[in-house]
Amino acid sequence: MLVKMRNPKREIEVDGDRTVNHLLDALDLVRESHLVICNGTLVPGDARLAHDDTVEIRPVISGGA
Amino acid sequence: MVASGSKCRSCKAPAVIDLPRHNANFCAEHLLQLCRRQMSKAIDDYDMFGPDDRILVAVSGGKDSLAVWDMLIEAGYRADGLYVGLGIGDYSDESTEHVTAFAADRGLHLITVDLRDTFGYDIPTAARATKRAPCSACGMSKRHLFDQAAIDGGYDVVVTGHNLDDEAAVLLGNVLHWDIEYLARQLPVLPAQHGFPRKAKPLVRLTERETAAWCLLRGIDYLVEECPIAAGNRHLHHKDVLNAIERESPSTKSAFYLNFIDNMAPLLAEQSAAASGDLRRCVRCGAPTTGETCAFCRLVDTASAHDPVPVELVLGKRGRR
Repeated sequence: MLVKMRNPKREIEVDGDRTVNHLLDALDLVRESHLVICNGTLVPGDARLAHDDTVEIRPVISGGA
Repeated sequence: MVASGSKCRSCKAPAVIDLPRHNANFCAEHLLQLCRRQMSKAIDDYDMFGPDDRILVAVSGGKDSLAVWDMLIEAGYRADGLYVGLGIGDYSDESTEHVTAFAADRGLHLITVDLRDTFGYDIPTAARATKRAPCSACGMSKRHLFDQAAIDGGYDVVVTGHNLDDEAAVLLGNVLHWDIEYLARQLPVLPAQHGFPRKAKPLVRLTERETAAWCLLRGIDYLVEECPIAAGNRHLHHKDVLNAIERESPSTKSAFYLNFIDNMAPLLAEQSAAASGDLRRCVRCGAPTTGETCAFCRLVDTASAHDPVPVELVLGKRGRR
């Protein structure tokens, strides 16, 4: 599947079907710090992603205080 | 994609988000409802403002400030926006586009102040000229201009988009240094006093994952990229630490902050009153200050006299790419 990431903006290919939580774990990303959007729709951690999906992993942490 | 097995806690429809701190999943409709209720609870519990108050929302183009403006307008409050152009290269240009589009699409009133045009400096230059962290010059400039605009415009309260993650991270930093004066002032609402306007943070009961989800579900086109100067700063490190704890022990972050407000802040109230005793008016701009000239006017003097500094020279650790 195609995975779009930010900071810096980039796209990577990830093999195989897997859940959102497994994808985040594989990329060493913390769930609390990200939203996952599959084919334009927000999805929860147990959603299963297919090889032909386009996935955006959007960080939600901002630096201002 | 195969539909998830998780269901909304409220209606049993397929969930779009899992919120471990609530030990629940939510569909789009009920996630939005949760956000509305949490903001409303914060406004009521901390007596932030009422339906007749004129609100000035400090907006940056990021998710939190646009979310709070959107939520206030949706809830029927009278809220205008204030945007400060910081001069942080492409980041500021894109921020401006997001804020102006948001306001124009909804017919909202937006006040814009550009640091370079109005005061002759920008944040990269201020950082270099003062030899201080860029976030320090940025925060001080914004606070001063928010206060000034609120006073000048006759607004009852300045609202910022600070969320639970922001407040918990600041609290962690203040606790790690046992900075009592800062701890005493870290409240979700500060009353109008000593020439400062009232300030409120209606999103303190929402995490930034929840405010980002609000924007996504409401179709708010916010600036996702973080400030290139802030990247890698200590505040972000504190957020990472808290999220690592949260991962192992959901709802710890909200307990850390909200229990501080309920249990510890009242004990520090006396300290807060004592710390703000010796304020007078800045001879230049009239803002409250402990000296003859306020820190903002001194910053303007120093930064505007310095040659412009490109943002690339002051990037944060993770902003250099």
